[in-house]
Amino acid sequence: MKAMQDSLLAPSRIKLWEPALWLLAFAAPWVLPGHALIVNEIAIVALFAVSLDLILGYAGVVSLGHAAFFGFGAYTAALFAKLVMPDPVTGLLVGMAGATLLGAFCSLTILRGSDLTRLMVTLGMALILLELANKLDWLTGGSDGLQGVVMGPVLGRFEFDLMGQTAAWYSLSVLLVLFVLARRWVHSPMGATVKAVRDNPLRAMAIGIAVQRRLAVVYTLAAGVAGAAGALLAQTSGFASLDVFALDRSADVMLMLVIGGVGWLYGGVLGAVVFKLLHDVISGITPQYWTFWIGLFLVVLVLVGRERLRKPWTGWGKPKAPGESV
Amino acid sequence: MLTILFDGIAYGMLLFILAVGLSVTMGLMNFINLAHGAFAMVGGYITVILMQQFGVPFLLCLPIAFAGAGLLGAILERTLYRPMYTKPHLDQVLFSIGLAFMAVAATDYFMGSQQQIMQLPQWLRGRTEWGIGGPFELGMGHYRLFIIAVCAALTVGLQYILAQTRFGSRLRASVDDARVAAGLGIHVNVVFAATFAVGSGLAGLGGALGAEVLGLDPTFPLKFMVYFLIVVAVGGTSSITGPLLAALLLGVADVAGKYYVPKLGAFIVYSLMLVILLWRPQGLFVRKGGQ
Repeated sequence: MKAMQDSLLAPSRIKLWEPALWLLAFAAPWVLPGHALIVNEIAIVALFAVSLDLILGYAGVVSLGHAAFFGFGAYTAALFAKLVMPDPVTGLLVGMAGATLLGAFCSLTILRGSDLTRLMVTLGMALILLELANKLDWLTGGSDGLQGVVMGPVLGRFEFDLMGQTAAWYSLSVLLVLFVLARRWVHSPMGATVKAVRDNPLRAMAIGIAVQRRLAVVYTLAAGVAGAAGALLAQTSGFASLDVFALDRSADVMLMLVIGGVGWLYGGVLGAVVFKLLHDVISGITPQYWTFWIGLFLVVLVLVGRERLRKPWTGWGKPKAPGESV
Repeated sequence: MLTILFDGIAYGMLLFILAVGLSVTMGLMNFINLAHGAFAMVGGYITVILMQQFGVPFLLCLPIAFAGAGLLGAILERTLYRPMYTKPHLDQVLFSIGLAFMAVAATDYFMGSQQQIMQLPQWLRGRTEWGIGGPFELGMGHYRLFIIAVCAALTVGLQYILAQTRFGSRLRASVDDARVAAGLGIHVNVVFAATFAVGSGLAGLGGALGAEVLGLDPTFPLKFMVYFLIVVAVGGTSSITGPLLAALLLGVADVAGKYYVPKLGAFIVYSLMLVILLWRPQGLFVRKGGQ
């Protein structure tokens, strides 16, 4: 009994390397102050990738429009800072709340239909918000972006500096808090039911899991986390522009997640680190044609098999017979 | 008003030709192909290059664009696409969006990022005014008239092939249930390869026809991907009349929306799609049964 309990609880235990990793991350802006800006960026996209992992990796919903919530959080936080008050933490909570509400509304749209329908509905939502942000220029600044956002100090003490150290620590702290919460949540009984729904909705329904309600809950939560990432971006850059809603952003975050590994919360973080560093290197060599290499990478990745990227020693044996996994 | 309707129909017909291949391949193999627009772009660039640099007449360019894009489709189907059919949808989305990214960047590299200008032959320029004026006046651009004629002929041809020929019935059988069709001795793979090639060819033809109307630059596959997917998602994948009606609806709604309420832009189209998909998640015109 004890051994069984241990083996079941093992994945939810905090491993030794985890605190070390976070300490390293928090030390990075201090050790390399010149790279604090990129640490900040990585923390933001990592948070975004973690939120996509919640719906793609844990709930199995393929979404091409996750940027909708990212962008909504960004615009909400930026507008809040500009029009109401410049306190970052309050703004972050408001951005998250806005994105969560939007997510709750959108979760109604993903419950029915096939993967294609979901793909189109999520994509359509991001496009609608993009159009809205573009056309409501009296509020959002249209295609010029929302300018003139001035942020107050974090917690009333730490001013944002030009080097980006405060920004990096602020984003890392938010990432850590939300990551721990997400980690706790996916290992909770509710998280387990969500995974059951992903693996087989029919059987999950048969053992009494409310499939649709679970999907709606996880979608709403993920939207809130994505909104937090967007709010961080708007707050640390003091700017929100239309590209927060763009298709590229949804595709990039999906790519990050796939690089790091789907269905594993550290996958989002790892993918974000690799992707951002790769982006920095390749766009330093060919700034214009960076998408070509990304595209090639995607094609090869899928042809070779996503699993083999992380576990290159497996699966080279005999190939599966065609049609076996239909 | 009639003019807008007319332009909308021309636009919708064009979208139908561009998207019909996608709809059939998606129905056949349940494969989400986000790179379909790349084939349309290939057709468009073939036409522009042939016309500008080699002085090939416009009418001759169209079949060449069809053949070129179709050949490319056949080659890619054999080499890259085939292993993808059994993979999960996430893999298919990643794969095809990667292909689309590559097409965009490669075209940018070879052709430059500027918009390509197409010189139409003399007899296709101009415009005929019709009717008594006021809201019922009908102004028909000759080129749009040409587009409607070509696309209508193609639609009738496709419908004939699908409904009357032996190949058509094999194709319909494979779409309805690939396993049973294979059990009956239909070579589903061959049927699919042929359909994929023809679908890509039609996209190439649509790209050639639409270069003047839609605009042609390297971002074409990503810019219009959404429109193709709307046609397929709204029209359903089990017939070609579904996508046809969806494309016409989309064309008219888009042109009318941009004309009457330019402030809202593409907002109307996306909202319309969302509402339709919420109401009928499998598409507007879908028979029961099948999968």
